Amino acid sequence: MRKYRLTEHTADIGLVAYGSNLSETFANAAYGMFAIITNPRKIRERESRRVQISALDTEILLAEWLNRLIYYFDARMLLFKRFEISELSDTHLTSVCHGEKFDAARHEIKMGIKAATYHNLAIDRAKNRVRVLFDI
Amino acid sequence: MPKWTGTLEQIDEYRWRIPQSYKPGMRVPELIFADKAMLAHIREDQALEQVANVATLPGIVNYSMAMPDIHWGYGFPIGGVAAMRITDGVVSPGGVGFDINCGVRILRTNLVYDEIKARMKELMDGLFNSVPSGVGSAGKIRLRGKEIDDVLVKGSRWAVNMGYGRREDLAATEENGELPGADPDRVSGRAKERGTPQLGTLGSGNHFLEVAVVDEIYEPETAAVMGIDRPNQVVLFIHCGSRGLGHQVADDYIRYMMTAMTKYGINVPDRQLAGGPIKSTEGQAYLAAMRGAANFAWANRQCITHWVRETFCKVLELSDRDAGLELIYDVTHNIAKIEEHVVNGKKETLCVHRKGATRAFPAGHPALPPQYAGIGQPVLIPGDMGRFSYVLVGSEQAMKETFGSTCHGAGRMQSRTAAKKHQSGREVLNALQARGITVRTGSLGGLAEEASEAYKDVNAVVGVAHGAGISRRVARTRPVGVVKG
Repeated sequence: MRKYRLTEHTADIGLVAYGSNLSETFANAAYGMFAIITNPRKIRERESRRVQISALDTEILLAEWLNRLIYYFDARMLLFKRFEISELSDTHLTSVCHGEKFDAARHEIKMGIKAATYHNLAIDRAKNRVRVLFDI
Repeated sequence: MPKWTGTLEQIDEYRWRIPQSYKPGMRVPELIFADKAMLAHIREDQALEQVANVATLPGIVNYSMAMPDIHWGYGFPIGGVAAMRITDGVVSPGGVGFDINCGVRILRTNLVYDEIKARMKELMDGLFNSVPSGVGSAGKIRLRGKEIDDVLVKGSRWAVNMGYGRREDLAATEENGELPGADPDRVSGRAKERGTPQLGTLGSGNHFLEVAVVDEIYEPETAAVMGIDRPNQVVLFIHCGSRGLGHQVADDYIRYMMTAMTKYGINVPDRQLAGGPIKSTEGQAYLAAMRGAANFAWANRQCITHWVRETFCKVLELSDRDAGLELIYDVTHNIAKIEEHVVNGKKETLCVHRKGATRAFPAGHPALPPQYAGIGQPVLIPGDMGRFSYVLVGSEQAMKETFGSTCHGAGRMQSRTAAKKHQSGREVLNALQARGITVRTGSLGGLAEEASEAYKDVNAVVGVAHGAGISRRVARTRPVGVVKG
């Protein structure tokens, strides 16, 4: 099954992520985001981070989930490729994310992402599909 | 992307209006600065719908405005200007955006292009090596402990005190590069953690260093006041912002405003517009954090300025005096400012959101440094990397009509993916080199996304700003060397 597809926007770039349940979709959205930044196949699983998010509702939870991972990349230079989401409720997410530190010799950075935005952000629970737009 | 299909009323050659009745909840009409040809492009995406969404925000006065470089953003359009009364209005972190105080500065030199032409390769190598750029680039500045708080409060002054630049750079920077009212305690640990290693870095995306030459001077006397006095004179542009620190501040406060909206009963058509009353604890906290991020961005551009001067003098074997690298001016184009404006004949204190828009104050405005009191505030409009950039000045018309604001750049018209499909990074590089532009970049992919063809023609954009009178054309430059982040 397809994990995600990229969507067009004049100034920025977005994605639609898919999954067989919402946890998988959230994980695929994160995968798609790192695929915008770099080639995820080149990321090795050498380090893991436990990431927990609480938010007012599921939309904010999704944006915050992605923004927390951007923070890990921007501040700690961590690139992730696999996301184990063990708990996902309307307002909480618990996960362990696997990846490694950015290595300029092996990782090509295709695009920097400033943030995941709330503009046109959508969660389709019936289809386990989410849509998000990034600020580049 | 869907086209915008609403109806526009033409006011004159450069002005269009969308009435308040267009969308339920609009508190003011839209005012769009564009010509007929540009509108065709503007209608291609949802930018005008975003202008309408901004018109629903509490406390907005006169109009929700779109400058001629308007394009589809996330929440606010890029090229959007909105002013809210501080008594009952909201401040929206999304109305400033993630790159708080992304801005541009221009330095003049005593040289003409013929004097540096033979050394362009070395010069561009030097600039590329001395100013860290690209995603994940770490700066050369090591901030210790709470030193970051000092940067957030003092901005450019911090940098100058540390030896990065000259005392006179401060007066040549909007707000002296130090917006008062910054509070480091309102900036999160995560934001500081992101910002600390990134001070003195260019970043990526559309950020750049550019060596340019004066191509045309429209108002010689005004240009001379800025130290622009001959064709082919070499000038330098620096375009960057507050890096990860600003991105994190925006993210933190957009979320915070979601809670504030429930508390104060505010509804917005797009959550990215989330805002809180300007006078509320939440609104004040955001403004204090945003000012810190803005000051960080000014310190950032100031440190880069120092390395640019150092490199320029070293490569060309010039003294500081002979190079004459004076800062003409530095403007911010993503900011919310508390300013006084006349609304319906009455002076009011407003919170002016400029999202991809530039302040354009007229001659005689008290916010201007003495050297520009007689000509008005310099306005810098970088175009795309292959064509032109402009220096303009602010005007009385801008003060009357746009809360002293004008456009900020060319404005994108093609998506990044479309730009990449159209031309590879290598092709863009070759095309630029064929035009005599020396390019240095760490990312060919990034270069492809920023191809000239992805942008509107800056001549047309500036033509509208000038034609409408919201700023005046002073000089035009064309690039001869570009460092792309």
